[in-house]
Formats: sequence, structure tokens, C-alpha cells
Amino acid sequence: MTAAVLHVTPDSIPANERVFESECLVKSNTPVNNDYRLLILDAPAEILNCTPGQFFHIQCPVRGGHHPYLRRPMSIYGYFPEKGELQFLYKIAGEGTAALAELKTGESLNVVGPLGQGFHIADNWQNLLLLARGVGLATLAPLALEAQRLGKKLTAICSARSPELLMSIDYFRDLGAEIITVTDSEGTSDLAHLQGVIEGLIADQGIDAFYTCGSNRLLKLLQEIGAKHGIPGEIALEQQMACGLGMCQCCVRSFRAESGIVHKRVCKEGPVFDLQEAMGW
Amino acid sequence: MVDLSVQIGDLCLKNPIMPASGTFSEDLVTVFDLNLLGALVTKTITRGIRQGNPTPRVCEVSGSMLNSIGIPSKGVGQFIANMVPFYQAYNSPLVVSISGNTADEFARLCEEISVPGVAAIEVNISCPNIEEDGKAFAMRPASTLDVMRKLRAATDLPLWAKLTPNTGETSDVARAAEEGGADALVVSNTMLSMSIDVHSRKPRLGNLMGGLSGPSLKPISLRMAYQCAKAVDIPVIGCGGISTIDDVLEYLIAGASAVQVGTATFIHPTVMVQMIGELEAYLRTHNIASVRDLIGSVRDEEAADTVVFMEAAP
Repeated sequence: MTAAVLHVTPDSIPANERVFESECLVKSNTPVNNDYRLLILDAPAEILNCTPGQFFHIQCPVRGGHHPYLRRPMSIYGYFPEKGELQFLYKIAGEGTAALAELKTGESLNVVGPLGQGFHIADNWQNLLLLARGVGLATLAPLALEAQRLGKKLTAICSARSPELLMSIDYFRDLGAEIITVTDSEGTSDLAHLQGVIEGLIADQGIDAFYTCGSNRLLKLLQEIGAKHGIPGEIALEQQMACGLGMCQCCVRSFRAESGIVHKRVCKEGPVFDLQEAMGW
Repeated sequence: MVDLSVQIGDLCLKNPIMPASGTFSEDLVTVFDLNLLGALVTKTITRGIRQGNPTPRVCEVSGSMLNSIGIPSKGVGQFIANMVPFYQAYNSPLVVSISGNTADEFARLCEEISVPGVAAIEVNISCPNIEEDGKAFAMRPASTLDVMRKLRAATDLPLWAKLTPNTGETSDVARAAEEGGADALVVSNTMLSMSIDVHSRKPRLGNLMGGLSGPSLKPISLRMAYQCAKAVDIPVIGCGGISTIDDVLEYLIAGASAVQVGTATFIHPTVMVQMIGELEAYLRTHNIASVRDLIGSVRDEEAADTVVFMEAAP
């Protein structure tokens, strides 16, 4: 099976900044639990020069009565150049993802990417804390892999409505992460409890950086704790997009800057932003 | 070897494919070589800094798109300092799209942006004129003539007037733009539209109304391009819903000398490059030496002879 890059980008652009429109073949597209599905694509090496936190813009097929027109941005769950594999973990949330769920092995899917600015891990950060809920964990999965490659100590706090909806726990554990799970059904996911857990980690082992994704509640919690203890952090944000490349300026959000409130494009200046610059929603 | 070059006034383009304003930026350099395009048309700039409209700024409607981006702009000073030098690295001519709230402000911006490195100015007279209670300049012939005369006096550069589909006077507006000094017409822009979420009963755009673009718009813009090409002696640049090479060919055959590709680039960032290759292949297949031979080649007299009208119901 092969995948096609539709057009080669100019040689003058550094390899890690090039964006490709590619036809990829579906290796598998299977349910992970009642809410989420895992899509694995056979992808050309050119498009797998990714950074954790980047995303692809996916052309969901017209299928099963679904007629998505615009592409859908989707964070990368896994990219493996050695295997020629690109993975997405997604939830059926609307017309586009419902159509995506209909894709069968061997069918073609058009993707544009890799796009956006990913996470940073400073050399002197040794203890990293990942905090996410639900599918937010998908965005942090490549970061966990990179942290392992760099020999960082990783703690992942995974939140979900109930234990059976906790995802990627084994994946994070296999990467050597210390896992802490919290769920609504067990009454452990509230902010007061989470704050206690995080403050405990800071006291016991020290935390050098926070990483999170997708939850306004968790953003505010980490901003408070980060400001109190002087711990930096990053957040991957989501926003509706049209082009994904920075042209349309559809996906702007407000951020705190020294000059006041500024607009930035989530697709281009993000989707990963400084934790303290991000504003709640 | 087929000839893809076209003439827009004094400007010779290597091929007739260029981006539509608002659907192109320097960000595309990461995807393909900008030198492949017939021209580079920037997002509309304004004199001062504008933040743009509230979100959501885009929504999807039955195979097309509505947008209310609201012309966010970093201002003319920043554009001249940073973007004009950036585009000078490319040999495709730079066409700067501009907009103003009043005719005088518009003219002043036109003068300010007439700097070396800019090959033509596309004047977005489809935008609201605050002196006319928000009605776009190009909705009426009189306001079109007034603003075009002021813009003409403000620059020696070629002026491309971008018309609006939100008018019932297409041909008269086109003639007014020509009389006012336009060197070419861009026909046309997005159509004022609306979409409502039936569950929340809220409009699906933060600005309540927005512009329709994409395939649904094409028959309307194509009709306008055809009407305008018949009405004026200056070149018409077709714009609206162009997604495939057949769309490009329709506009050329209808009388457009070139085309602008907009929303399709959001769906397929490489689509303009593919269209250039497909246009060359079409000409070769049909033994047409030059794309200029296609322009205005519509067989409308023959069609008119065979029109059958439906009988009115009793």
C-alpha cells in the first residue's frame, strides 16, 4: 500500500515547516470504547516530520448521508515515521466525524499537514505533569512519547466521566509515566481534589512544567497553581477552522499579552500556547 | 507548447489562475511555490488596525461556506514595511486588495499603497460604505462611479474593481466602474447570507450575517461575469465558487480573462496548482494554441435560438 503526496513543497522551506496535501490509505478504523475511535493511516514519510501537539486538517468523506464540506482539524494521536503510520483518536461529534467513522480499511483519506506549533520541552525541565480529560489525552500522547525519548520523568493525571472511559492509560504507563486517574463517578475529578493531588506532587517530587488540553476548568486550575509556584506550562487549544493554514483568520482567540488582549490564530500561532497567556472560555 | 498567458490591461500574467482575496496569504509558501500562480492577491487591508468580527466567523452550509471574518488588518504601514518586501521575492505580480469606510479614506489608502513592488490594486468596493448607511459602494452605479473616480485620481497603478453580487444592477454597476477608471473588474464577491441553528435558535455566525462562498455561489457569479463581459470593454476576472478545472473553463468561455480561486483552496490547498496543469492539458487535448482563444467563446447566439420557455400554468 502506498500513500501519495499531491504536491511537493518548495525546497527553500525547511523540512520541518513544510505542509503537504496527501492521500493516505486507511490501515484500520476501530472503536476504542463507546465514545472514541482510533484511525490508523498508512502515511508517507514526508508528512510524518511532526512535533507533538501539531494537527492535521482532514477532509472527511461524503458518506452515509453526511456531506461535510470544510475540513476538520484533528490533533495527532501518534506519528511513527519508521512504520509509515499516522494515528488519530476521535469522538463522533458531528457530521464530519460521523462520516469519518464510515471509512473502511484500504480506503483513501485526504489530509493536510502537519500544521501548527507544537509543545516545547525545555532542556532543564525534568519533571513533567500532563493533565487532561477525555480526548484531550489524545493530544498529549505524542508529547508523552517525546518526554520518554528525552529521558524526562512524566506524571499523567487522566480524567474522565467514569473508569471505563479512561483512555490510553496503558499507553502512558508503557512510556514509563506515573499514572493518576480521577473520575466523576468516583468523585475524584473535582477541582479541590485535583488541586490537592497536584500540590502534593509539587511538594513530593517537584514539577517543572504543566501540559494540558481542552478543558477550561483544568486551564484555570493549572494557571492558578502555576502562578502560585512559578511553574510554566502549555495548553493545546481547539477552535473552529476553515483553512488550517493561517489564511482565513477564522480561528482567532483572545490571549493576554504585555500590550493587552491580542488575537492569535489557533491554527498558525497555536494550537499550543503558553498556559498563562491563554484565556478561559 | 500551449500558451497560458493572459493580458489584464497592461499586466501580462503567465497564466489566468490566481487566488481570491481573503483565501491567500504568505502562509501558503509552506505548501507550494507561489511563482506558479498568475498573480498573488492579498487579503484586503485597511488603513488602520482592525480586529475583525466576533467568533464563530465561519459555518458550513450544504456544500458551501458562510463567513463573517470582518477584514482583520494590521494596517497599511505594517503591510508596506513587511509584506511588500516579502512578496518581492516572487515573480508573480502582487495585487493588493484594499478597502475603506468612506470614499475619501479609500482613496487615501489607494495612494498610500501605490509603492514599488505593488503591480495592481484590487479595490474591494463590495465592502460597506458608512456614508451610505452600510450599503456597499458597488450595490449602485452612482456610488460605484463616485468611489472609482476618487480611486482613479489617487493612483497610476492598474485598478481592479471587485464587484458585489448584492445588487440588482450588475451591468450598470460594471459600466460605472469602467467609466470611473477601472482597468479590470473582479466579478464577484461573497453573497450576503444567513444560517440559524434550529436547536439553539441562534444565528450560526457571531456577526449574524455573512458571505456565501463555495460551489453554491458559482452559477450566480458566472452569470454576473457573463453579463459584465458583455457590458464593458475592460477585462473581467471571474470569481465565485471555482472548485474544478471545469469551473475555470466555464468562466473563461463566459468571457472572463482570468479567474480567482477562493474557498476551494481551504478544502484543497494545492488546487490552484492542479488547475494550472489541468488547463494546459485541456488546451492540448482540444488543440487550442492559447488560452486567450477560449475567452468569451460561449456560443450564446446558438443557445438563444433554441431556448424553449415553459408554458405558464393556467
